[in-house]
Amino acid sequence: MLPKATRKKAEPEDENAGGRPFWSGTLTFGLVSVPVSLFPAARSNRTSLRMLGPDGQPLARKYFAENTGKDLDVDEVVRGYEVAKEKYVIVTDEELERLAPEKTRDIDLKQFVPAESIPPLYFERGYFLTPAAGSQKAYKLLAETMDESKLAGIATFVMRGKEYLVAIFSDKGILRAETMRFADELRSPADIGLPKKKEAPKATVSKFEKLIAGKSKKQFSPAKLTDKESDSLLKLVKKKQAKRSNVVKVDEEVDTDHKVVDLVSILKKSLSGKK
Amino acid sequence: MAARAIWKGELKLGATKVPVKLYSAVQDRTVRFHILDDRAKKRVKQHMIDPDSGDEVPNEEIQKGYEIEPGRYVILTKEDLENLEPPPSRDIDIVEFVPQAKISQQWYERPYYLGPDGDVKDYFALAEALQNTESEGIAHWVMRNKYYSGALRAVDDYLFLFTLRDANEVILADELTKPAGAAPTQKELAMAKQLVEMLEGEFKPKEYKDEYRERVMEFIEKKAKGRAPRLKAVKAKRKTAALDSVLAKSIASLRKEKRAA
Repeated sequence: MLPKATRKKAEPEDENAGGRPFWSGTLTFGLVSVPVSLFPAARSNRTSLRMLGPDGQPLARKYFAENTGKDLDVDEVVRGYEVAKEKYVIVTDEELERLAPEKTRDIDLKQFVPAESIPPLYFERGYFLTPAAGSQKAYKLLAETMDESKLAGIATFVMRGKEYLVAIFSDKGILRAETMRFADELRSPADIGLPKKKEAPKATVSKFEKLIAGKSKKQFSPAKLTDKESDSLLKLVKKKQAKRSNVVKVDEEVDTDHKVVDLVSILKKSLSGKK
Repeated sequence: MAARAIWKGELKLGATKVPVKLYSAVQDRTVRFHILDDRAKKRVKQHMIDPDSGDEVPNEEIQKGYEIEPGRYVILTKEDLENLEPPPSRDIDIVEFVPQAKISQQWYERPYYLGPDGDVKDYFALAEALQNTESEGIAHWVMRNKYYSGALRAVDDYLFLFTLRDANEVILADELTKPAGAAPTQKELAMAKQLVEMLEGEFKPKEYKDEYRERVMEFIEKKAKGRAPRLKAVKAKRKTAALDSVLAKSIASLRKEKRAA
């Protein structure tokens, strides 16, 4: 495990800075509703570097208007869809929110499928679900039922201006949502222009089968998925730190957005029902 | 229209090499917006400023730093970062194979198609062998100055390479504790099981459509013509009743639906 300070701050889209959930809403199956919160199931491991000025002062990214050169605050910019060259339709947050019919704002599990039957092509990102106060029993009921039947629940729902296809898995009594790609977001071999399948000679197939058998392991060991890039970066950082070369210190108010949060402790707290 | 390969490499299984081309398997259909200057309704640009003075800092004066503790940075020069880059290579090293479904969904990041580069015989033979043995290869490779870990899999006769997340990145359920609170009763569990089984089926991905995307696009088109419809405000949520009575009602209404169908 990397020391706490080496973890990258939360990606803006994760917005788990300060321990806030990514999303809070309702999970339903049948007429049973389970109010839940979503927290990312992965930390961003990439060692992010900060942009600094000539004196080592941390810099900020800012929008500016090209014609006037004037910096713009967030309330001076809007979201626009380009309908024709340099012609935009402005769409507000409120409109995006209102465009989602009420029933689409819940994760309504209308279907359950064998948990291992979904091809990995679909999976995008994982989130743990934690029960809201008072919904622990319904949460456990769903988790235990899915665990026993080895089923995953499927739903589509709208969150933050985007519709998501999700599969909900029960993982040792804890519910986990995996967002998935829609079928029309995956290309087919024909889309790519891959050649049609040619029957391979039996001897060649069995040569590969032997190669596979010779290197087969019973279990997957994630420890092999090391991040060499971060490792070597951290090594260099240590070396430079020891030599005190290129170390700068600036007086900086600790801004809460940049504070590193420990996702595991946030999740544990949220699962235990403590605020 | 055929897609362009984004990279060329060689699958390396021991002494055997299978040349392949890599293509993205994903076609993102998210509605893309631009950030506009509200006054001029023109696209904005971004630059880096010193938050204290508000002055722009030009690119050539920007340094990159790794924060070792709040407010203390180790500067990494351009040369430092270049030296950290992995040596270029075309090899996709397949280090071992595991049975399919041993890798949990959480690890998968992005799928790529592999297509044959030249000879097709080895390509389709390897795909067939992976399918016959129901196994998946664990791969390491360097692409565009970055290290990658991934999984090699055959799906419907074609080879796929998935990038996998790093070990430090994924939070496993083992690290967490189950929620506290009262356990459901046997009766409730039996009813929930019955309910879930009534909703059980096969995974048919084409049945799920991104209707919201269509709704947003339709709204944009109408607004472009100056005929934006009035949208209803979002209402607050309602509460629900006791667990066992809700379960019984759900089962009853599903039965009714099935009978009607």
